[in-house]
Amino acid sequence: MPTERPTTSFKFRGGCFHALVLKPEIPISTWLADVDALLARSPGFFAKKSVVIDISDLSLTKQNFLDLLDELSRREIRILGVEGANPSDFDGRIPILARGQAERANSAESPAFASSTSSPTNSLLIEAPVRSGQLVVCPDGDVTIVASVASGAEIVAAGSVHIYGTLRGRVLAGAYGNQRARIFCRRLEAELIAIDGHYIVAEEIENHFRQAPIRAWLDGDALKITKMA
Amino acid sequence: MAQVLVVTSGKGGVGKTTTTAALGAALARAGQRVVVVDFDVGLRNLDLVMGAERRVVYDLIHVVQGAAKLSQALIRDKRIETLYLLAASQTRDKDSLSDDGVERVIGELRPSFDWVICDSPAGIERGASLAMRHADFAVVVTNPEVSSVRDSDRIIGLLDSITDKAKHGEPMEKFLLLTRYDPIRAGRGEMLCVDDVLDILCIPLLGIIPESKEVLQASNLGSPVTLNNPKSAPARAYSDAARRLRGELVPLVVPTDKDSLLSKLFGRRAA
Repeated sequence: MPTERPTTSFKFRGGCFHALVLKPEIPISTWLADVDALLARSPGFFAKKSVVIDISDLSLTKQNFLDLLDELSRREIRILGVEGANPSDFDGRIPILARGQAERANSAESPAFASSTSSPTNSLLIEAPVRSGQLVVCPDGDVTIVASVASGAEIVAAGSVHIYGTLRGRVLAGAYGNQRARIFCRRLEAELIAIDGHYIVAEEIENHFRQAPIRAWLDGDALKITKMA
Repeated sequence: MAQVLVVTSGKGGVGKTTTTAALGAALARAGQRVVVVDFDVGLRNLDLVMGAERRVVYDLIHVVQGAAKLSQALIRDKRIETLYLLAASQTRDKDSLSDDGVERVIGELRPSFDWVICDSPAGIERGASLAMRHADFAVVVTNPEVSSVRDSDRIIGLLDSITDKAKHGEPMEKFLLLTRYDPIRAGRGEMLCVDDVLDILCIPLLGIIPESKEVLQASNLGSPVTLNNPKSAPARAYSDAARRLRGELVPLVVPTDKDSLLSKLFGRRAA
C-alpha cells in the first residue's frame, strides 16, 4: 500500500504586481517589425521585464498564437501570461491572466472572497495616535487603531476600519470598492466618514451620534450609523 | 554632553521664542551651561527677546557655511554668564541652512554645554524640520485653542517621522507646554481646558504657563521673563518647567499673579 502522507496545509496568497502589457496589432508581421525597430534602438528594452501580452482585440488561432509566442521568445521577450484569451482556446503553455478589476467586482457579490481579503496578514494594526496630517493607507485589508485619530488625519482602507479611541479625522472604508466594509469607533467626532465612496461630513452626522460609540455601514447607497452599547 | 531640545509648535505666535528664552534663562540661572539657538532664519526674534540684538556680529548661517567660527558667533548673556545665544540671520533665507552644516554645528555645541535649546520657526517647512532633526527631545508649545492644538498634533507626527531619532527607530520624547492659559476662562468654557488638550495630543505635560502681561513686558525690555521678574506667575511656571526638564518632580500648579487667592492645584504629576 502506498504511504499516504497526511495532507498538510500550505500557504498561498494573492498579490498585485506590475507588468508591461504588450498589445500586438494586425498585421502581426508589421507589428513584429516595429518591435524589432524598438529593439534595434534599445536592445535591453525587454530585458528582465515581466511582460504580458494582451490579445483581446485579436482573433488568433491556436497555431497563430503559438507562432507569436515563438517569435517573441526568439527576441528574448519572456511572456509571463496572456490577457484576453479564452482558457479553452489554448493549451496550458501560458497562464491566462484576469484583470484585477474583474476580480474585485466579483468579490462584492461573493462573501467567501470578501472574507479572504481581510486575512490577518493584509490588515494593519496601529497602536499610536494617528496625528494630524498623517495618512494611513491599507490597500488590502482592515485597519485597527488602538488610539485616537486626530482632526486632519486620514485612514483609507480596502476593508473595515476599527478605532478604539476617538475618531476626529476622516475615515474611508471599503475605499477600493467594498460595500460590505464597516466603520467602528469608540467615540465619533469625525470630520468625514465614507464607505465605498458614499460619504457623510461632520455637519450631516446627527447630534446624538456625536461623541458616542458607533458603527457605520452601507444600506444600498445610504451610509447608516448606529450607536453601540 | 548637552541635551538638545527643540522648542516647536507648528503654529506661529504661540510663544516658542518666549519659551526658549525663559527656559534657557531658568536653566542657566540654576548653574547649567545653556545655549539658545535661533533657527528662524530671515525673521530672527530670539536676539531681541534675549536683549542681545545690538551685539550680533556672526550668526548661525555664518557658522553653518563656515564663514565664522562657533566661538565668534556665540554671544554671552550679560546677566548670566553660563547663558549663550546663537542668533539667526535676518538677511539670509532658510535655504542657506544645510542639513550637514546644522548637524555639524549641533555636534560642536554638544560637548561645551549642558543644554542646547533650538528655537524652531513656525510652520512645517525646511527651517522647522532642520530645527527638530537633530534634537534629543522636544517641547511642543501649544495655546488652549483648537487651531494651535491641531498644528501641534501635526508637529508631533513630524517629530515621530523626520527626526534623526525617529529614523533610527528610537522613540522621540515630546513634552507639552501649554502657554497663555487662563484657568478662569477655561473654567467658563471659553478656551480648551488642560484635559481637552491632553486628550487630543496624548503627550506628557511639562507645564502650564498662565496668560500674563508680564510676558509682553519682558520681551519688550529684551529680557527672558524668568529673569525680568522671577516672582511673576509666568516666570515661576517656566522655572518649574525647567526644573522638571532636569528631572525634578515639581507639583503642577498654575501660578497666578494674585498668588494665594487664585492658585489652583491640578493634582497631576507633570512629565
